[in-house]
Amino acid sequence: MKHLFFGGIHPAYRKEMSAKSTPSDPVIPKQVIIPLSQHIGAPCEPLVKVGDKVLRGQKIGDGEGLCVPVHASVSGTVVAIEPRPHPGGRMVNAIVIDNDYQDTTIDYKTSDIPADQMDPDEVLHTIREAGIVGMGGAAFPGNVKALSSMGHVDTLIANACECEPYITADDTLLRTNPDHVLEGMMILYHILKPERIVLAVEDNKKEAIEKVKTLLGGFPAIELLVLPTRYPQGSEKQLIQSVTGRQVPPGKLPVSVGCAVFNVSTFAAIYRAVRLGMPVIQRIVTVSGEAINTPQNFIVRIGTPFRDLIETADGLNERTERVISGGPMMGIAQSDLSVPVIKATNSILCLLKDRNGAAENPVCLRCGKCISVCPMHLQPLYMYRYVNAQRLDQLERLNIMDCMECGSCAFTCPGKLPLVERFRKGKQELREAKNK
Amino acid sequence: MNLTVASSPHIRGDFRSSRLMLDVCIALLPALAVGTWVLGVRSLLVTVVSIAAAVGAEWLYSLLTKKRNTVLDCSAIVTGMLLAMTLPATVPVYQVALGSAFAIIVVKLLAGGLGQNIFNPALTARALMMVIWPASLTRFNALGVDGVSAATPLHHMVMPALPEESLMDMFLGNIPGCIGEISAIALLLGGVYLVVRKVISARIPVAYLATVAVLTLIFHKTDAPLQWMLYNLFGGGLMLGAIFMATDYATSPVTPNGQILYGIGCGALTVVFRYFGLFPEGVTYAILLMNALTWALDRCTAPRRFGVKKGAKA
Repeated sequence: MKHLFFGGIHPAYRKEMSAKSTPSDPVIPKQVIIPLSQHIGAPCEPLVKVGDKVLRGQKIGDGEGLCVPVHASVSGTVVAIEPRPHPGGRMVNAIVIDNDYQDTTIDYKTSDIPADQMDPDEVLHTIREAGIVGMGGAAFPGNVKALSSMGHVDTLIANACECEPYITADDTLLRTNPDHVLEGMMILYHILKPERIVLAVEDNKKEAIEKVKTLLGGFPAIELLVLPTRYPQGSEKQLIQSVTGRQVPPGKLPVSVGCAVFNVSTFAAIYRAVRLGMPVIQRIVTVSGEAINTPQNFIVRIGTPFRDLIETADGLNERTERVISGGPMMGIAQSDLSVPVIKATNSILCLLKDRNGAAENPVCLRCGKCISVCPMHLQPLYMYRYVNAQRLDQLERLNIMDCMECGSCAFTCPGKLPLVERFRKGKQELREAKNK
Repeated sequence: MNLTVASSPHIRGDFRSSRLMLDVCIALLPALAVGTWVLGVRSLLVTVVSIAAAVGAEWLYSLLTKKRNTVLDCSAIVTGMLLAMTLPATVPVYQVALGSAFAIIVVKLLAGGLGQNIFNPALTARALMMVIWPASLTRFNALGVDGVSAATPLHHMVMPALPEESLMDMFLGNIPGCIGEISAIALLLGGVYLVVRKVISARIPVAYLATVAVLTLIFHKTDAPLQWMLYNLFGGGLMLGAIFMATDYATSPVTPNGQILYGIGCGALTVVFRYFGLFPEGVTYAILLMNALTWALDRCTAPRRFGVKKGAKA
């Protein structure tokens, strides 16, 4: 049975710009910048020092607690360990490596044990040591999510919705290496032992769906679920609702309703870690948008500066207004193109000025369209009003903290109100007031 | 290269306030066309004067108060056009102009401007004109009928009796009445256009009309309940009110359940006013009364919180 989530929007896909049959040749950067914090949780401590020679795949940073290691994505020499701009918007301590172009690689420990005979603890350890995080954007440590889901979930979901316009990284992965995703799914399936294992994809990825279908015969446990394309289908809470009909309660994790969701890129990373012994040192990145000269997908070494990829894609239009890490709906606008691709970077989006951009004098008409698109059942027009009036009590009554900033309301608003921007401000003020 | 660092989302839809406003005007054109055909070209004059006065008032206000000129949001055009629809074609133009200016300056702009007013500007202006110039607003003409003061079908229904006009004439609009209210089919056509273009949701009009239908069917005043109900639906300003007035963004609820309750409230009050009121018509006052309840309705019909069962406290 198919369930639906409430609200949502239908922005133009714009995926055809970058969706070619195969990813372009790898971009080999002169220098990589490996931030010591690429996940939610405690940052890594460096395990190398300036001047050290490192090998490709070598662990160069690790830490305690909620933390997964980072690895060198090229072989070469550590030239700096210092704060560098991070696509998340802050300065973050990073290990800078000069590439020696040798690609001398550590010995990868491969495994061909059937998935149902693997030792769960060993697999979780491998997942951790490979530095696997949620690669759809959230960057939550993969081993921790898997461990906390063991014995508590009846549904394991592989998220291939990729509902943001322009981005085709997961799509490219499914078109070129669907076997990696399916194998990765089976590895977690035998560890988590859910009743259902679902690969959820939106119906606008026809070729990827066909590719997966040809392989499904070898994976009888996996259920392919093709969902109607609607943003934000790929949002964890909305996807769980679409697949199971369940709603994750406010402030709770998916495991509270018996679900675990991983991005398909994460499953492919699990496959590579467990089967090939390869840590997360590369990923597929979409470089697209009207302002980039040749939109395409790249297989990118983690730590490659945005600028290198933009140059390889034949550069920016001179009227470029924004460069975004992530999608157009929830991505983060960048000011400095020396920021590196990190594990959760699925897209670098280069945009011209939006003809429908924010109004100089935004006016709320009370048309109520924001309410009819909010997938979290909120009332954006009243939240906007009370952020402007600084009424924290009202913001709390309106459950502003439930807002995940998906931008559906701002996209739809005919008055062009800066809704998401204000909600961020309101949430911040509410958090600060509570911490007092 | 100067890169802009701004908040997400970085793309927006191409819906614009002005487009929504113009869609409302387009949706009113069939009703205006029938009004002009049946009641004469003076309908057009009244409409043009009303729109011009509304836009002029908006422009003058921004000039005098040195505030931003808001004429381009096109909402004054809608208000002017809507007011004209509620007036007989015979109404003196100076009264139209004054009423229209009142709607814009007092009811809308002094209440805070677009989206801030509590009462529907066009209906408030009509209610005021009804008090100041009752004769002008109840002098109906119809082509083919000698002179003026033709009674509308609603006047017969006060007796109570079924009107002389056939139901088909009521449906098509071949009856005396106000410019924009006589043709049910033309208004329904406009309503379908607004729903298809996603300018309005069908909740308010459907709840409104259904409530009137059910109540007049149950509490029918003649021996033919079904006909009585249909005359009530097609008569007076009900269609115009349900489709174009009760759906005014600023003055109606935004929550889905609030909209349904609001429609039911409008319908019930319309029947009460028509049955027990001083005038044969009740739509104007029913909607204005419900306008006052809009915020309260929104407040008590907030959508259920995501992930929390109905009735449970989060």
